[in-house]
Amino acid sequence: MSAKINTLGALETAELIRKREISVKEAVSAVIAAAEEKDKEYNCYTTLCPEEALKKAEKVQSLIDSGDIDSPLAGVPVSVKDNICTKGIRTTCASKILHNFVPVYNATVVDKMEKAGMITVGKLNMDEFAMGSTTETSYFGPTKNPWNTSKVPGGSSGGAAACIAADEAVVALGSDTGGSIRQPCSFCGVTGLKPTYGTVSRYGLVAYASSLDQIGPIGKNVADCAAVYSVISGKDEKDGTSMNFAPFEYTAVLNGDMKGKKIGIPADYLGEGLAPDVKEAIMNAAKVFENMGAEVEIFPMPISKYAIPTYYIIACAEACSNLSRYDGIKYGYASPDAENLRELYIKSRSEGFGMEVKRRIMLGNFVLSSGYYDAYYKKALKAKKLVQKAFFDAFEKYDMILGPVAPTTALKIGESLSDPLKMYLGDIYTVMINIAGLPSAAVPCGFDREGMPVGMQLIGKPFGETEILRAAHCFESAADFAQKRPVKA
Amino acid sequence: MDFETVIGLEVHTELATDHKIFCGCSTKFGGEPNTHVCEICSGMPGTLPVLNKQVVEFAMRAGLATNCTITRYNKFDRKNYFYPDLPKAYQISQLYLPICQNGYIQLDSGKKIRIKEIHMEEDAGKLIHDEWEGCTLVDYNRCGVPLLEIVSEPDLSSAEEVQEYLEKLRAILQYTKVSDCKMQEGSLRADVNLSVRERGAMEYGVRTEMKNLNSFKAITRAIESERERQIDAIESGEKIVQETRRWDDTKGISYAMRSKEDAQDYKYFPEPDIPPIEISDKWLASIEKTMPELPDAKKARYINELGLPEYDTGIITGSIYLVDLFEETAEVCGSPTEAAKWIMGDLMKLLNESGTLPEDMKVSGKALGTIIKMLAEQKISRATARKVFEKVFTDNVDPESYVKENNLGVMTDTGAIRSVIEKVVSENAKSVEEYKSGKEKAIQYLIGQSMRALRGQAPASEVTKILHELLD
Repeated sequence: MSAKINTLGALETAELIRKREISVKEAVSAVIAAAEEKDKEYNCYTTLCPEEALKKAEKVQSLIDSGDIDSPLAGVPVSVKDNICTKGIRTTCASKILHNFVPVYNATVVDKMEKAGMITVGKLNMDEFAMGSTTETSYFGPTKNPWNTSKVPGGSSGGAAACIAADEAVVALGSDTGGSIRQPCSFCGVTGLKPTYGTVSRYGLVAYASSLDQIGPIGKNVADCAAVYSVISGKDEKDGTSMNFAPFEYTAVLNGDMKGKKIGIPADYLGEGLAPDVKEAIMNAAKVFENMGAEVEIFPMPISKYAIPTYYIIACAEACSNLSRYDGIKYGYASPDAENLRELYIKSRSEGFGMEVKRRIMLGNFVLSSGYYDAYYKKALKAKKLVQKAFFDAFEKYDMILGPVAPTTALKIGESLSDPLKMYLGDIYTVMINIAGLPSAAVPCGFDREGMPVGMQLIGKPFGETEILRAAHCFESAADFAQKRPVKA
Repeated sequence: MDFETVIGLEVHTELATDHKIFCGCSTKFGGEPNTHVCEICSGMPGTLPVLNKQVVEFAMRAGLATNCTITRYNKFDRKNYFYPDLPKAYQISQLYLPICQNGYIQLDSGKKIRIKEIHMEEDAGKLIHDEWEGCTLVDYNRCGVPLLEIVSEPDLSSAEEVQEYLEKLRAILQYTKVSDCKMQEGSLRADVNLSVRERGAMEYGVRTEMKNLNSFKAITRAIESERERQIDAIESGEKIVQETRRWDDTKGISYAMRSKEDAQDYKYFPEPDIPPIEISDKWLASIEKTMPELPDAKKARYINELGLPEYDTGIITGSIYLVDLFEETAEVCGSPTEAAKWIMGDLMKLLNESGTLPEDMKVSGKALGTIIKMLAEQKISRATARKVFEKVFTDNVDPESYVKENNLGVMTDTGAIRSVIEKVVSENAKSVEEYKSGKEKAIQYLIGQSMRALRGQAPASEVTKILHELLD
């Protein structure tokens, strides 16, 4: 049994543990063994922590044995993106500048998962500071797509999506600032949720763009993502932007149907630049929903054309400020040959940050500098309001919005690094959701002619996680693309 | 040419909140380096600021006390710059929508000094230059201590006005318990923006900003010095450069730190980690309800209702520590007039002689009130009362037990008093002779000698009465 535990989902694993068919230790060991073996090829993890995990496994096992834990995910191993702080386990953001940083605190989500009996087994590779859409900007080298190792897994949560596709993990946590959960899910054929802004605490998530960042689950099926979301969500006193809302019940997602539901597809999400194979998969998905009794309609959303500049202005502005604290003084990388304070700043940052991070820091500083603030940042804030309004209007008519996650399937490794603008344009369908603060679930919905996965996203109203995950669950039941695994993995 | 001085002040005051503005660390002054520090105020990756509501309430109190409009929807912004004492490399402050706007403080002359705004922000840490090791160390204890920056319009025109404005502002902040305003601990700091112009000119001159002013005296001296420097420069045909200058109080001169050209671009933008602050009617009303009597109102009441002299009232109401002492003393002894007299007389003398500030004195209103009461009830003589008060001032003794233990109470045995006086009369035959021959003044000498012989422990009236009985 234990040899295959790594292929199971989170709720399945918890069920077997509850039934005493496997032990927590067996579950943890199985995942670590799979990761150690397969990661030579895929490079999903930056750090594995078998010792800590096995110690925690014993504790959780005794809580389960004594009946002192009431959680649907007790004993489940979880893998965590490396920009989420884990006490005593290094948290690098896949950057040289934090390559040796060991937090003295847990992110709130990590505390919540531990309380629910979940066990962190390792930290996942990502684009440096979550800046990138391919996981190629990692200081620790790129993660490879398990469906085809010459391709990228997407990003920035590329390690998280790839480890699920490769069965190197049971369930994972990623973060999504402009598509960083959904796009790698789409490229790797797995399921993920970018929650409503403010529903999951950002405390302990190393900030990229504070007003857009949100932590969310990546898993093997909708139910797993819903269950993890129920564990990590909720108002947190340590995060002033977290909100009060009705507690999320993951079981509510598993029941219900699509009869009479109204689904809108933005026409602008189907236009120029969208790969034909992806478009076909999306239109097929729309048919699946229609067959289940939903009404699907295409509607115009012209604001989409402002999405990319708006996103990159806001994100880079916040990023340049958020990343200023990495100065070689307090923690992280400090250049060994600085003669004075100014040199320490310049050398530590020049040597510690990679190209893409530097590019975004420069962009951010530019749009915030005096004389340019009004022309860029202030305008971007206005555009943000318009984007929010466009969605608000759309939700007057539709229960949810359906669209592709990305214009293409996974790109070849190396293809984007030389052309950053092309990479930025690949975020066109995802960034608007972050700008508007909405929830969006990424669900596998087909394959292209090369056999690479295609993902769709279901976008919901604020706090509409139940609605979109229920729709995703209905879709999964009708056309289960999530079941498929890469042959090699 | 006849010049006038134009001065605007930026005053920073550290708030007397229990904990820091964005985390639970202590705001206490003087802890061992880096002991009042956590992952939040030291700017560790992933940590987030959560606004301490008390800071907002203190800012509202300061605003209400200085006639400001409270900005009901206000926001924090980030001010970005690199310096080792600023661990996040940005200071969370308020630029676009500060919490208080458009207030004023009225000087005794009636002139109103307009307050442009009051905003909330966090303090930075401190660099400690270790000359022995040849390195610089950082103490983050002060990081995240809440500050208010109180920005005046350029309405001040002399060092005297600046001093009065600052004294009034300090009294207001102390009355409202917003800050203890201890300049020596840096909890009240002022930057002076100063320019000069020909009297009557419409345009302002080019201004300089003076930093590192740690006492009222330094502020006064720096203003005089900078005014003269600018006038000299203009008169010798030089141009004033807009720059920041650092005051060296020991040398009595200032140095240029940086000019406007190399002024930093702070790249302010709205702080995304802290939601805008919305102040409801209910919240504002609850703060208005807790507003104490303010210095000017108190002063008027002391003059009009208690009949205290204007000068005394000005001194006492200028410091909350004197006010607290006065009010408690008056309550214990029942006489505001006597309480004020003692504060203005004996207490001021002792404070001046010992160089003690009212905020550091040990005297309690209970002790002073008790002394005054004992004096009024003729349980001790005036001379004894003074002596006991000195002891209270230096050693914080309990007056009643001190008098009892040292046997300082007034002699009530008339026979014993009479016999001491009789002895004095017999030993001072010359003075007795002079008195009897009509030199009325001679009796004063005899009273003095008798009081001395009685160690001041008999009532002067009783002594005088007995002397008259013996001599007339």
